[in-house]
Amino acid sequence: MWPAIKLSLELATVTTLLLLLLGVPLAWMLARCHGWWGETLAALVALPMVLPPTVIGFYMLILLGPHGPLGPLLARLGLHTLAFSFTGLVIGSVVYSLPFMVQPVRHAFRALGPGPWEAALTLRAGPLDAFWSVALPLAQGGILTGAIMCFAHTLGEFGVVLMLGGDIPGRTEVLSIVIFNAVDNLQWAEAGRLAAGMAGFSFLAVLAMFLVEKRVSRLRA
Amino acid sequence: MRGRLKNKIRYGAVLALAAALLPLAPACAASVSVAVAANFTAPARELAADFQHATGDTLQLSFGSSGQFAAQITQGAPFEVFLSADAARPEKLAKMGLGAPGSVFTYATGKLVLWSAVPGLVDDQGKVLRAGKFAHIAIANPQAAPYGAAAIETMRKLGVYAALAPKFVTGESINQTYQFVATGNAELGFVALSQVIKTHKGSAWRVPQSLYTPIAQDAVLLKPGENDPAARAFMAYLKSPAALAVIRAYGYATTH
Amino acid sequence: MSGIEARFAGRLGGFMLDAAFSLPGTGITGLFGPSGCGKTSLLRCLAGLTRLPDGFLRVNDEIWQDGDIFLAPQHRRIGYVFQDSRLFAHLTVRRNLQFGLRRAVARGIGEAEVVGLLGLEPLLQRYPARLSGGERQRVAIGRALLAQPRLLLLDEPLAALDRAAANQILPKLREISQLFAVPVLHVSHDIVEIERIADGLVLMRQDGRVAACGQLAGMLTDLSLPFARQRDAAVVLEMTAGAHDAAYGLTSYSAGGVTLTLPGQPGAPGAAVRLRIRASDVSLARQRPDASSILNILPARIVEAETAAGPHVNLVLGIGGAASPIRLLSAITRKSWDALGLSVGEVVYAQIKAVALAESR
Repeated sequence: MWPAIKLSLELATVTTLLLLLLGVPLAWMLARCHGWWGETLAALVALPMVLPPTVIGFYMLILLGPHGPLGPLLARLGLHTLAFSFTGLVIGSVVYSLPFMVQPVRHAFRALGPGPWEAALTLRAGPLDAFWSVALPLAQGGILTGAIMCFAHTLGEFGVVLMLGGDIPGRTEVLSIVIFNAVDNLQWAEAGRLAAGMAGFSFLAVLAMFLVEKRVSRLRA
Repeated sequence: MRGRLKNKIRYGAVLALAAALLPLAPACAASVSVAVAANFTAPARELAADFQHATGDTLQLSFGSSGQFAAQITQGAPFEVFLSADAARPEKLAKMGLGAPGSVFTYATGKLVLWSAVPGLVDDQGKVLRAGKFAHIAIANPQAAPYGAAAIETMRKLGVYAALAPKFVTGESINQTYQFVATGNAELGFVALSQVIKTHKGSAWRVPQSLYTPIAQDAVLLKPGENDPAARAFMAYLKSPAALAVIRAYGYATTH
Repeated sequence: MSGIEARFAGRLGGFMLDAAFSLPGTGITGLFGPSGCGKTSLLRCLAGLTRLPDGFLRVNDEIWQDGDIFLAPQHRRIGYVFQDSRLFAHLTVRRNLQFGLRRAVARGIGEAEVVGLLGLEPLLQRYPARLSGGERQRVAIGRALLAQPRLLLLDEPLAALDRAAANQILPKLREISQLFAVPVLHVSHDIVEIERIADGLVLMRQDGRVAACGQLAGMLTDLSLPFARQRDAAVVLEMTAGAHDAAYGLTSYSAGGVTLTLPGQPGAPGAAVRLRIRASDVSLARQRPDASSILNILPARIVEAETAAGPHVNLVLGIGGAASPIRLLSAITRKSWDALGLSVGEVVYAQIKAVALAESR
C-alpha cells in the first residue's frame, strides 16, 4: 500500500512539474493566437478531457511500443518499449492531464488581455522579459489552479495507467490500481480505506483551488 | 435489503420504459440478462445467436471482469446468469445465497497458451522461458484471473518463476494481457487459447495440462433468474451438444 | 536634427489612417480630433504597438521606422500613458515606477524627482487596486517618465477622471515637459484641456487625415480651421506677470507691448502665465470709450473677417502694434458689423470683458 501511495505521489509530482514547464508556454501561445489553426490546436490539446482514458491508454500503448513511431529510437537506446515503465506512465499522464493545466492557464492569460503586455513593452521589457515579469505573475491564480488540478487528476488517474502500466509493484502499481484490485478481489475494507483517503485528499485539493481563486479575485477587485 | 428493493424498482422502471419503446418485440419471448467473463466473449455471442434461434428467447450479454461482476452482483445487480472466468466466485455467490442452490456447474475449461505476436519466438516446447531473452512477459493478475494463477503455477513447475518474476507485466484481465502481447509491448505472454485460436499470427505453445490446475469456468443461476424459465433454459442449453461444440471450437475443454 | 517627423498611412481594421506631421523637439503638442478619427491608432503606430507597413518615424536623429526598419516597442525610447493606466496589479507603486527605470539604458530622470513632482511619496507601498483613478494616472505618468523616454505619448490620460483630479494633473504635464526636456504628444478630445497646456497642435479629421499642424496660438486664430469659428472660440496669450496693485488686488501682465490687467495675484512678478480670452468676451468700438467699466481696452487692427452667413461675424484682431504677432478673436453680430461700417484693415478698440488665467507656468 505505501509503495503505491509513494509512487502515486511521485507520478503526480513529476507530471505536474513537467506540465508547468510544457503547459504554461503552450497556454500562452494558445491564448495569443486567434486564427482557426489556433482553435484547432486548442481543441486537440483539450481532447484528452473528453476521450475515455482507456482510449488514450490504448493509443499510448501503441505509440510507446516497439511498433510505434518511437520504436526505432527506443531500440537504439536498448529499450524494448516505454510501456510498463515509470517514464511511460509519466508520458501518458502528461498527455492525459495536459488540458487540466492548459485550460485554466489559457483562460487566465486571455483574461489579462493585451493591456499589461503592451504596457511592459513600452517600458523596455522584451517579449521574454514581459512574459516572466508581467504575464506569468498576473496569471498566477490560473497557474496554481492548473497545477492543483493536474496533481489531483494524475493522483486519481486510472484508465491510462491501467492500459499502460502492467501493474508492476513499486514501478507502475499506483494507488488507483491498488484500489481497483482490492475491489476486484472483494477486499472491501482495504479498498474502502484507500478510497476514503483518496476522496479526502481530492476534496482538500479542490478546496485549496477554490480558496486560491477567491483570494486572487479579491486581490484584483 | 431496502437498497436491493430500490434497485429492483429502478430496474423495473427501466424495463417498463424499454417495453414501451419496443412495441414490436414479440410479446411471448423473454429476455435473459447474462454477465459473461471477458475471455468468453466470442463464444458467448455465437451461443446467444444459436439459443435465440432455437428458443426465440433473447439474451442480453454484458461482458467484463469476473471480479467486477461478482462485486456488482453482491450489490444487487439484476443479472440472471453469471458465466464466470473461475470456479471460486460462482461458489462464493451461491454460498452467500445470491445464486440458486445446486445450479453451479463448469461450462468450459480454459486452456493456457504461451503466445507471442512475433513468429518463431515461442517454440513448441516452451524453451523460450528458460532462455529468458525478452524484456517483458505478460500475465493476467493472478488474484483476479485464473489464467494468471495458472501461468504462475506453470512457471513454478518449470522452475523459471524466480528468474522471470522481474519481467512480469500484469494485465487486469486476460483481455488486457492479450493486448500487451498483441501490440508488441510485451514480447510474449500467457493468454487463453480461446483468444488466439482463430488467428494464425505469431507463435504459440499450448501449455500441457499437467503443468497447471484446470481452469474451470463455472456458471451460476442467480436469484433474479431462479423463477425465469428462459434463464433455466439457457443454463440447460449450455450443456447441450450444440453448445458444447461451439465451446470446444473456441479452444476450451468441456466436461459434459 | 531635433524634432519628430512621422508619416503613417494604411488600413487598420475597418478604417484608414493617413497621417503625416512633424513635432518640435520640446514642449507639449496636443493631438486633437473627433472620437474615432484614429488618434489612439496613430499613437500606437508611434509606439510600435501597431505596425503599418508603410510608415516612417524619425525621433531626433534616430530612425525608428522606415521601410524594412522597424524598431520593436521595447527598443523605442518612448513613454506611453494609457487611458486606463495599465498599472501592474501584482507590483506596488514603487515597483511599478521602477519597472521601466530598471530596464532603461540611459539615466537622467531620477526617481526622487518624479516622486516629488507627482506627489507619489504616500502611495509608494500601495498596490494599484487601492489607488483612486487620479492616483493611478499619476503613477502611470511617473512610470512612463522613469523609462527615460525621448518622446512621451499620453493617450487621453485625464478622460476618465473627474474635473478636480484632472485639474491636479494638468499643470504637472507642463512642468514635466519643461523640467525633463521631453517632448509630449497629448491626445485629447477636449480643446480646453489643450488650450491650457499645449504649445503646438495636430488636428485630425474624421477620415484619419491630419488637417493641420503647427503652433497652437496660430491655429486657434486661423479662420480656415474650425476652432476660430466655434461659439466658444478663444485665444491663448503667453504673458509675463508685472506689478501687483495691492490696493485693488489687480495684477498687470504684458507681452509684445500689450498690457492686460486682471484680478488676483497668481505668481511673483516675472512669472510666465498663459491667459485665455474668449471671442465672445471681446467687443469692438469705433472710438475709445472714455467712460467704461471695462478695464482692458486696446487699440486693435482688423486682420481678417469672416462675414459669410449667419447672425455672427468672426474677426481676427492684431493687437500691440503692426509688428506684434499677438492675435485676438472677436465674435460680434452682423448687425453691429454693418452698423459700425467696419472692414478689414481698420483700426478699432477691442474691449475685453473677461480674461481667464489658463495656466500659470
